Amino acid sequence: MATKVIMPKLSPTMEEGQISRWLKKEGDKVSMGEPLAEIDTDKATMEMQALGNGVLRKILIGEGQSAPLGQLIAVIGEPDEDIAALLSEAPAQPQVQDQKEADVPPKAPDVAQPQPQLQDQKEADRPPSAPNLAPANGRQPEAAGSGRMIVSPLAARMAAEAGIDLRSLQGSGPGGRIIKRDIEAVISKPKAAPAPSYVQQAGASAYRDEPASQIRQTIAKRLVTSLGPVPHFFLTTEIEMDRAAEMRKGINALDPDLKISINDIIIKVAAAALIQHPQVNASFQEKIVRYYEHADVGVAVAIEDGLITPVVRAADQKSLSQIAGEVRELAERARSKRLKPEEYTGATFSVSNLGMFGIDEFTAVINPPEGAILAIGAMSAKPVVRENEIVIRQMMRVTMSCDHRVIDGATGAKFLQTFKKILENPLYLVV
Amino acid sequence: MAIITIREALNQALREELARDEKVFLMGEEVAEYDGAYKVTKGLLHEFGSKRVIDTPITELGFAGLGVGAAMAGLRPVIEFMTFNFSILATDQIINSAAKMLYMSGGQFNIPIVFRGPSGSAYQVSSQHSQAIESWYAYFPGLKVVMPSTPADAKGLLKSAIRDDDPVIFMEQERMYGQKGEVPDDPDFTIPLGVADVKREGTDVTIVARSLTVPLALKAAEQLQEQGVSCEVIDPRTIRPLDIDTIITSVKKTNRVVIAEESHPICGVGAEISAQLMERAFDYLDAPVKRVSGVDVPMPYAKNLENLAIPDVNRIVAAVREVAYLD
Repeated sequence: MATKVIMPKLSPTMEEGQISRWLKKEGDKVSMGEPLAEIDTDKATMEMQALGNGVLRKILIGEGQSAPLGQLIAVIGEPDEDIAALLSEAPAQPQVQDQKEADVPPKAPDVAQPQPQLQDQKEADRPPSAPNLAPANGRQPEAAGSGRMIVSPLAARMAAEAGIDLRSLQGSGPGGRIIKRDIEAVISKPKAAPAPSYVQQAGASAYRDEPASQIRQTIAKRLVTSLGPVPHFFLTTEIEMDRAAEMRKGINALDPDLKISINDIIIKVAAAALIQHPQVNASFQEKIVRYYEHADVGVAVAIEDGLITPVVRAADQKSLSQIAGEVRELAERARSKRLKPEEYTGATFSVSNLGMFGIDEFTAVINPPEGAILAIGAMSAKPVVRENEIVIRQMMRVTMSCDHRVIDGATGAKFLQTFKKILENPLYLVV
Repeated sequence: MAIITIREALNQALREELARDEKVFLMGEEVAEYDGAYKVTKGLLHEFGSKRVIDTPITELGFAGLGVGAAMAGLRPVIEFMTFNFSILATDQIINSAAKMLYMSGGQFNIPIVFRGPSGSAYQVSSQHSQAIESWYAYFPGLKVVMPSTPADAKGLLKSAIRDDDPVIFMEQERMYGQKGEVPDDPDFTIPLGVADVKREGTDVTIVARSLTVPLALKAAEQLQEQGVSCEVIDPRTIRPLDIDTIITSVKKTNRVVIAEESHPICGVGAEISAQLMERAFDYLDAPVKRVSGVDVPMPYAKNLENLAIPDVNRIVAAVREVAYLD
């Protein structure tokens, strides 16, 4: 019997998916649980598994094309089965198909070829179990149709405890069931980097090509829309941090559980300064300038294969302890890739801190459509002149990148002045 | 420790309990003059006399009822069924009288009786004389059901069964009377009812086996060890009360279970264990619980078909490999 392949729900927020590439061609044999295609969601590329056995009879959505959840995107069936009735269910998309074929005709053969070993490996690993099971049990695990994930109870519990997203896994059990050993494989080697094979070339350095991850591609796309089209200018100032550091120590001494960091104080101070300077808490959007009521501060977090900026909403209205708790929780989930899209988009201003790497100062690239970003350097003891005497102070250099379309030099400078004033005298926060 | 057969171990248990408590007596077809159809009561008539070791006519319902009455009157009868196939005739006395008397008399009458005899598959005696019916008796509250798989278990459990104040169904395996093993010499050696025994420790798969399938499971475990799979073999020994905790502890370690039994699969003891694991160890299972049961047909007479109807080492090995995701 023919199996409908529909666009599966691969993330909780996904509404449509884009076919990144088909791993099978029309006419290829497929069996239950085999990877069929790679699908791009907003933040990740996920493998879609076949939920039936037979031949990939028809691909309805080509590479690079999108389809909403639940839409028929392909049909698996017997080689000689009549699938006309199924195909008639599909929304008419002949041009899409034609366009795709006209645009990239040489691509089709590429599809299956780039990863022949991968396929073979999988073949060796898995399929024997699925067919073998059928006679033993008299039936296949019920997974067909709904795009439902099959996972053993133990594996589900282990994944929940380890914070592993089951959708990111390929099950090695019968019918693609995710089992204990699949979870253990992820836990034991968090990044099972496939042994990199380097391309040797005479007279030049060897190299290896790795497909850019979805997040890397997103970073690239976003940033060329920034530094190119967005006219940046940079303002740098040096801030005396002794009082802020003292305040942090004082607060944490009150309650060691608070664990307030200097960065949390910076977020709080930036939010306060933004409210005083609404021109900076703004965004240039073609014919309008948008001013925001609250300071939603994005905090750049380095993750395994890139960076992401979870947002502290309305930081101007939150207490330091709230900000600290939220940042810690968001950063943790960012590292395990469990942020929801609404948690890392729509900031009004961002803070990027490389102080922990000993960077004295740097410039950051604006995350459009935000109007500015503040780059924080390391805090270090330096000799400075105070009342004609050389004294030692904790100094920190910050550089603000501004979008000149909304923020002028003087506007930015005034904001930075306020920021510096509050940070040097954090008592202003309570005044 | 002496190495003796299950037959001898049972004989020792009966002798020791007859000697220990004069309220104990044996009754059944051919238990006295003929020394028992399977020679389990050998020499006991000679030793204890015809008041303590009594031959009956072929009247299962009758002598089972006599036993229940004797138990109500304060004696401790041990009733032998030549095989448990014949106990089917006596089920009214076992189920409606023995099992329920304590409850229905408001706690006035304990029924300290043992119904014992061979059960399970024998060699080529066909459908009516070759069947495992432990799930029938395990079904009823009021009964205890015991199934030993070694000489030591047979002796220790039979002594406990005779000393127990409730009716106990004690099922020996017809093919296993000649099985040998070490038995402690201590005349007061007993094994408590309701306690499972880990026959072999392992880490990858738990095999729950009883009676005939215990030696099969142990052989399968040896073969699997060579294939790199470490099996834990658990013998519940008592089906009711069932020591599910020992099984669950093992499953928490191994995450996979095979249940080996010679009885039919439908409504069997394996089905019950499987259901309890689902209720109490769901989050620890990495694979569906797999049963290796007797085939769901009346036992064939033909030797070749009979072999196919009873679990064997190969089927247990295959089931373990399946739940361990090795094939």
